[in-house]
Amino acid sequence: MSRSGVRFSSRALMADQEDFVRQAMDYMPQLYSTALRMTQNKSDAEDLVQETYLKAYKGFAGFEQGTNLRAWMFRILTNTYINSYRTKKRRPDETELDDVEDFYLYRRMGGLEAARASRSAEDELMDWFSDSEVQAAIDALPESYRLAVLLSDVEGLSYKEIAEDLDIPIGTVMSRLHRGRKALQKQLHDYALERGLTDALPGAISDDALDSADETPET
Amino acid sequence: MTHDHDANANADSGAPFAQSPDCERALAEVYTFLDQELTEETRIVIAAHLESCNPCFEAFDFEAELRMVISTKSQSVEVPETLRIRIEERLTYLRFEGPEGMGPGDSGDPRRGA
Repeated sequence: MSRSGVRFSSRALMADQEDFVRQAMDYMPQLYSTALRMTQNKSDAEDLVQETYLKAYKGFAGFEQGTNLRAWMFRILTNTYINSYRTKKRRPDETELDDVEDFYLYRRMGGLEAARASRSAEDELMDWFSDSEVQAAIDALPESYRLAVLLSDVEGLSYKEIAEDLDIPIGTVMSRLHRGRKALQKQLHDYALERGLTDALPGAISDDALDSADETPET
Repeated sequence: MTHDHDANANADSGAPFAQSPDCERALAEVYTFLDQELTEETRIVIAAHLESCNPCFEAFDFEAELRMVISTKSQSVEVPETLRIRIEERLTYLRFEGPEGMGPGDSGDPRRGA
């Protein structure tokens, strides 16, 4: 069969590709999770991830060994989303976000994480919100903000890289990131309020206390 | 710079209200600092401020930890087993059957069925 010629003519590349498959499979949960946040739709997310793996496999010769495979896979995912899925789904009328004050969550819940000395602050924070609350809060962001936040905070891209990916000025990237992150904090705080979390833990700073704190800090 | 704010900070678990122009400057750059997008000059100034100002350090630390938590929790979705299997199958197919299984630029690949 002629295809055996393929198999034996490039043994080295084949070995690399097998290696790739083994390594790249580890990133599937991260890629699928991000695809789901991007597409907001399980079926599109599955297609996007599958397309990402096929493209990565086919283009593997272009991957530089020793560089960051995770970042490379995310590049393919993001480019594929922007080029094929985003245009399809993009809403013509993008909502603007209200401006939320800086340190929104910290002003309201800061200090709670230090309330129990036996645990690290990060462990405390991990318990404040459920996975699905965090995911719902991200999903609640308008698409252009959500994408900026995902590219920065999940993929770890620089402002310049995000600007290039989304084809917008760096100033717009910063504005979307800042507004998006603060809106995300407000949404998380709303979830916490719904569950009574801020009341349940000691040390919470109430809004009243915040309002007066600037002028006359008592006690 | 005064140290009056230490008393206030203790009273209110370190809320990040700017206590001085240095604090204001640092707090305004929290995202660019954490994103590592500051010029080296500004980064050094803010890092030095965080070393000496605990309320600001706490606020920055909170933002950094929150970001890590959000990133971790956003990525905890379970991959459908059917998707994993489908991708493994497609990749296996490409490896052993597919004419386009090679990377771009490879020459001399016989096209299957040609």
